[in-house]
Amino acid sequence: MRIEIRELPFDPWDELKACERDMQSLSGQFGATASFVGTMRDFNEGDNVKTMQLEHYPGMTESSLEKIAADVSQQYETLDTLIIHRVGEINPGDSIVLVAVWTAHRAAAFKACRELMEQLKSKAPFWKKETLSNSERWVEKNTPG
Amino acid sequence: MSVTVKFFASLRERIGESQRIVDDAVGKTVSALWTEISSQPSDDIVMCAINQEYVAQNTLIKEDDEVAFFPPVTGG
Repeated sequence: MRIEIRELPFDPWDELKACERDMQSLSGQFGATASFVGTMRDFNEGDNVKTMQLEHYPGMTESSLEKIAADVSQQYETLDTLIIHRVGEINPGDSIVLVAVWTAHRAAAFKACRELMEQLKSKAPFWKKETLSNSERWVEKNTPG
Repeated sequence: MSVTVKFFASLRERIGESQRIVDDAVGKTVSALWTEISSQPSDDIVMCAINQEYVAQNTLIKEDDEVAFFPPVTGG
């Protein structure tokens, strides 16, 4: 299991490649990899969004993600899990979150990946503040999945 | 007997600080503490954690606890 909070932009595809390189011991065991990348849009609720601040609760963020990953891993028998989440100032087009799971078969991979994202969005202590053309606002709720 | 109280996101801005030490919070519920701090009745929109784990509004505060108040989370 690898869980990281990043203050600088990351390339999710490079991260996936690096993660699989470090997983040589699992080679041959997993038959499915499912990943999800959340990317910042330049629009929300009908407004142009110029940039975004992503705040979190250091300490609780990591422990919350570890618990989510452990629960999902147990439920779907994942062989490995990767979660990378940005904080700080984020621009449109930047990756916000990368979630990936490795399992023996595809059904568990799809379900585990989805479950990780849904739990992350409802439990992990992150908050988004958008900067619009002339104002700022906190994002008050998640969009439906 | 003091506890550390942290505020995040819109609640941090509303309260005007990210953290404070409260001397008389031990034995109170987290919702009672929030009502005192915010001067508003507690509602479901405020989420609370003690020692970095979610707790119910009626959880009692103990000495040396780290209490946190924050709005619904919006990561991902």
